[in-house]
Amino acid sequence: MDYRELIARRAALELEDGAVVNLGIGIPTQVANYIPEGVEVIMHAENGVLSYGATPEVGRQDADVFNAGAQPITLLPGAAIFDLSTSFGIIRGGHVSAVILGTLEVDQEGNIANWARELAPGRLGPGMGGAMELVSKARKVVVVTQHVVKNGGSKILKKCTLPLTGKGVVNVIITEKAVFHVTPQGLVLKEIAPGLTVEDIRVITEADFTVADDVCEYRIN
Amino acid sequence: MNKVTTLDDAMKKVQDGMTIMIGGFNGICAPIRCIDQLAKSGVKNLTLISVTCGYPGGGFDLAPLFVNKQIRKVITSHIGTSPEAQKEYKNGDLEVEYCPMGIWIEKIRAGGFGLGAVISPIGIGTIYEKGKQKLTLDGKEYLIELPLRADIAFIKGYRADRMGNVQHRMVSPNTNVVMAAAADYTVVEVNEIVDVGGIEPERVGTPGVFVKAVIRGNSIEEHHKIYEDLWVRTGCLKQKEAR
Repeated sequence: MDYRELIARRAALELEDGAVVNLGIGIPTQVANYIPEGVEVIMHAENGVLSYGATPEVGRQDADVFNAGAQPITLLPGAAIFDLSTSFGIIRGGHVSAVILGTLEVDQEGNIANWARELAPGRLGPGMGGAMELVSKARKVVVVTQHVVKNGGSKILKKCTLPLTGKGVVNVIITEKAVFHVTPQGLVLKEIAPGLTVEDIRVITEADFTVADDVCEYRIN
Repeated sequence: MNKVTTLDDAMKKVQDGMTIMIGGFNGICAPIRCIDQLAKSGVKNLTLISVTCGYPGGGFDLAPLFVNKQIRKVITSHIGTSPEAQKEYKNGDLEVEYCPMGIWIEKIRAGGFGLGAVISPIGIGTIYEKGKQKLTLDGKEYLIELPLRADIAFIKGYRADRMGNVQHRMVSPNTNVVMAAAADYTVVEVNEIVDVGGIEPERVGTPGVFVKAVIRGNSIEEHHKIYEDLWVRTGCLKQKEAR
């Protein structure tokens, strides 16, 4: 199984029945395909929608029905539409149960950095979009990422080096190899992919972590 | 009272060095006829207030404004969707002021609705707080976010009457409704112009008092076709399954 699908299938297990969920772009978008049976979630899009569904077929789209990525979507029965101010009121007011998002960096203190790199000397980008509000105010913040970056370095750091999107806000980190919870005492390893040991995880993880008493094999839906 | 006017007449209001707001979200539900005309007009040195810098991947809506170097500064939440804006920014030809998306719209709301500032906890503990005034209330730190206003706002609606009342359709309220209130001169581009009374009062999303000019843009059929073509071209629609 492709690592993206694996991560999306695991992340879907973080969602509870009735949850109001905001999904970032990339792997998080795929999570919608793997919601467990019996779990009904309400999808929130920053541009002003609750309860949206799948991508429409050519000819079945509506020019004014789209998500925050500017892609056409469908509205499910029970959908609601509102302006941007209400949409972010929903986020800041604590009405979003969970956000699942990717990142550039995440660290053992639950810091996340995904809005700014140096595009040119002294010029940061691409911008935070709605991410600062989502990570600060969603009730559960789930970061999904490949465990190591292309050059082999760990994606889960002792300390983020890039400008932070949120300080101490992350609750769960899901990679294709492991699942960590962020606690006041630091990272706790909760699940390990089949065939790997705790030692294997230590070798590929820069962050310090402890191992949960109930550590188990990586679960997917 | 008749606020219905031509695109050419509305565009005469735009002058070099002005601050303009443009509604919509990532190029969807955006006043694209007004933007085209703005690009052709050659006005320059503009400060643009827009939630992002255009349709993902570029080549649509705001792109020509950046290519023509008409924008000096942008106040936005994100430049990543626009290769054109990123290029100008990297060259040093574009100034960017970032603002978290929800705070960006609240600053505009404050500008339109007579508030002195918005007091917000978003961005505390990040470099975003640099240079901003802070306030401590009940032991909690907040940033003081100042209002945003523009000389001219271009927004998109579905239908409007000559009094400037606007009906929005589907997911198009987004940035358009709040922006309407926050400019000295608000231009609404609509798909249809209807008689006064043609929009039921409870369907008025933007009251006419915020609107100075109404422009007839693309018909609703043309509007659907433009976005179908865009979404097909950029691979955003599901292919029809064989039946």
